[in-house]
Amino acid sequence: MVGLHKSEFSNPVINWIDTRLPVFTMIQKEYGEFPTPRNFNYFWNFGALAMVNLVIMIATGIFLAMNYQPNSELAFGSIQHIMRDVNYGWLLRYIHQNGASMFFIVTYIHIFRGLYYGSFKAPRELLWILGVVILIIMMATAFMGYVLPWGQMSYWGATVITNLFSAFPVVGPKIVTLLWGGFSVDNPTLNRFFSLHYLLPFLLVGVIFLHVIALHLTGSNNPLGIDVKSPQDTLPFHPYYTAKDSVGICVFLIVLSVLVFFAPNYLGDPNNFIPANPLQTPADIVPEWYFLPYYAILRSVPDKLTGVCLMFGSLLILFVLPWLDTSKVRSLRFRPVYRVTLFVWVVAVIILGMCGAHKPEGIWVTLSRVCTLYYFAQFLVILPILGKLERPLPLPESISHPVIGGRGGGPLPTGATAKPMEKA
Amino acid sequence: MADSSAAASTHPGPAGEVTKRDMLTLVTTAAVAIGVGAVAWPFIDFMNPSKDVLALASVEVDLAPVEVGQGITILWQGKPIFVRHRTPTEIKAAQDVPLDSLIQPQPDSERTKAGHDQWIILIGICTHLGCVPLGNKPSDPRGDWGGWFCPCHGSQYDTSGRVRHGPAPANLAVPPYAFASDTKIKIG
Repeated sequence: MVGLHKSEFSNPVINWIDTRLPVFTMIQKEYGEFPTPRNFNYFWNFGALAMVNLVIMIATGIFLAMNYQPNSELAFGSIQHIMRDVNYGWLLRYIHQNGASMFFIVTYIHIFRGLYYGSFKAPRELLWILGVVILIIMMATAFMGYVLPWGQMSYWGATVITNLFSAFPVVGPKIVTLLWGGFSVDNPTLNRFFSLHYLLPFLLVGVIFLHVIALHLTGSNNPLGIDVKSPQDTLPFHPYYTAKDSVGICVFLIVLSVLVFFAPNYLGDPNNFIPANPLQTPADIVPEWYFLPYYAILRSVPDKLTGVCLMFGSLLILFVLPWLDTSKVRSLRFRPVYRVTLFVWVVAVIILGMCGAHKPEGIWVTLSRVCTLYYFAQFLVILPILGKLERPLPLPESISHPVIGGRGGGPLPTGATAKPMEKA
Repeated sequence: MADSSAAASTHPGPAGEVTKRDMLTLVTTAAVAIGVGAVAWPFIDFMNPSKDVLALASVEVDLAPVEVGQGITILWQGKPIFVRHRTPTEIKAAQDVPLDSLIQPQPDSERTKAGHDQWIILIGICTHLGCVPLGNKPSDPRGDWGGWFCPCHGSQYDTSGRVRHGPAPANLAVPPYAFASDTKIKIG
């Protein structure tokens, strides 16, 4: 019986399938007994939350597409049709709209977790790089989705973002015409954005699958940032982390519900309730909140090409992060100086977000320049140098014997041994 | 199975006894099932006809311009509706048919409104597989019973729209309608 899997499941139907296609063994191995560091805190919920969020977005999106018209004459009206005429259309659309914001909240916290606990360092560099790819695809998807309602902000957002590419010398204007499928943002642009907005989430699913495979090969990082040394350092994923993730999912759903049912348009822009008008730009044009920091970086320099390069650079620099950080210590619990600089960096990003929401005049120009400078200095100056200069605190011997009391991620479950690990 | 063995290895209960963990598993599973069901309903109902589709549920037709022997086809809820002004011969043929010779026995009086024998109103969709039968125009082929003839699979209907020759299993349906006046009907 060459090639057939020897299944250990007692249920005959599951056994029959598992022998021929060992999916049940895989689920059992990767999500049942998968040895997971025993000291996770709630920051480790956010990967699972992002995955739940993606499923919510795809499910609501597929249904919304059944009633949406990707035509510049009909798009705005079809959204109102969904909101007013279609059964529960308001619910599905508000979930989709606020789900996008939740997706970015969850993903940004997930990225912060990676930065703070050094999850991007060896051997998890590729895992991190795949994560940056996911972030970029996600941003493209969100941007194109925001264009679909074809309101004033949709239209002018699309115009401004696509015009970014015109900054590049020689080929710039040709690229923009290609993106538009014409000489301005118009029906062909809307058609292709709808097509791509439907496609990209499934590309995301594929890259996330690779992200998870890479994660399961290296194993998870943990709040101490030290490697798993023995089975005593781990717990089986189920029931310990399925339960812990479930708590996070409940909180996540509560926050999403509060947004959907009590403040569905809180994060939106009132200008998008006005149908797209190619003859008039709204007075206050701002992107959605999750793009504000990048928008501020773009506007921080008075030169078009430099601004565009800095904006794209602020994302692309994340690709080389594993090689910019010269320290071998992962968790910032043991890097007191760098921990401070990372918090300053987070504050700088938040201030950049505020700058992006205000008109570029007065104090906001200065602030956005200072914060942009710090954004890049953090990666290009502080990280490489501090890794050599900083003296980290002593690392614990192992996850199960932390040297610092009370920092091991709460009391450890008694009698919780990683028995399944011994089988492997 | 997998779940219970992992749980049992960490929180063993005495053999055969119902543990707190069993209770928690049951309650959690039930809560998730109820939640998924509650969330599934908006998605399912989303696909039902929307308010604007339901608003198009009725249509009024003026019968005055339809001459004897003539038929018109109008659209109601996206479906063709046959309105035919029957000749006295056609009415007699429809009324005199012995019911036991029909595939789906139904007297003509059940398919028309009392006092308006000359008007037959039908949903123009063949009960076989949904084609629109020919015969509403006098120049169309009407089959051996002078009613309607379906070009798809050869079903034939008489002047009352009753099926007389297969493969269609049932008579052409009569839509809900009422006479608003002698020359005006409201369908739906």
